[in-house]
Amino acid sequence: MSTIVVEVMPKAELLDPQGKAVVGALSRLGHTAINDVRVGKRFEITVDGEVTDAVLDDVRTIATEILSNQVIEDVVGIHVADGVDA
Amino acid sequence: MKIGVVTFPGSLDDRDAARAVRLAGAEPVMLWHADHSLGDAQAIILPGGFSYGDYLRAGAIASHAPIMAEIVQAAERGMPVLGICNGFQMLTEAHLLPGGLIRNANGTFIRRDQALRVTNNDTAWTHLFERDEEIVIPLKNGEGGFIASDEELDRLEGEGRVVFRYEGVNPNGSLRDIAGVTNARGNVVGLMPHPEHAVEAGFGPDTTAAMRSGTDGLRFFAGAIEAMQAV
Repeated sequence: MSTIVVEVMPKAELLDPQGKAVVGALSRLGHTAINDVRVGKRFEITVDGEVTDAVLDDVRTIATEILSNQVIEDVVGIHVADGVDA
Repeated sequence: MKIGVVTFPGSLDDRDAARAVRLAGAEPVMLWHADHSLGDAQAIILPGGFSYGDYLRAGAIASHAPIMAEIVQAAERGMPVLGICNGFQMLTEAHLLPGGLIRNANGTFIRRDQALRVTNNDTAWTHLFERDEEIVIPLKNGEGGFIASDEELDRLEGEGRVVFRYEGVNPNGSLRDIAGVTNARGNVVGLMPHPEHAVEAGFGPDTTAAMRSGTDGLRFFAGAIEAMQAV
């Protein structure tokens, strides 16, 4: 079994209301050095056997077409969980 | 005249939409997300709610339901399709409508009677309104911030495809106050506020005439019925 990690973030130029709420809370708690937080998503996808090129191609398609909405989000990373960049 | 109302796991306003259809003078046809056919429906409503608990993104999982493939095909043939709230989110996820919906700018769920400006009265669902008419229908959402790239927003405005703008208050941070949009053909309309909750005096928004007497939503459904009769 292998795990592939897909990371999705709200587009940098768009407001991230969730991140804004978190940074507001941190500031109220006295963490004044923090000036921005953005909240994204991490998907851990488990597949049987080795991560082949075909599997990775499939995950790339899933990442752009289903796991993210390209109008509002970007896929910022796809890598196999052992740390090798895909 | 038959108008289909699709129920997804987590839909909330499907029966309200069916009731609105009935009050407007058509027969509602209840459809299920896993259906592979639209039956004899001549128009489709995707109702509000929280399909799949808004997991992944609001409307994202529902947009891949079996019935959505049928709806995409029917919409391309010109069938009137209305997406309300979660239904609007599904239509953007299915790429039948442009843009996307994100969490409200102030981070809270909002419920209010909302004034809207009708900026396109040339769609299947809005032709009974006057151009620039102000209407009031309920709004209730957590993820109603309409966003798109500047180029896309310019294009939508240039093509007259912004159907509704928030009037007075922009409740959720929607870019350029956009509350609803249509496709190029004008048969597919999506909006965040809820016309199906303003169709019967006594149960609608307040008006200057009387409490809860607002029925501005009724003309959405009556308009679609007229549009179907004209085909």
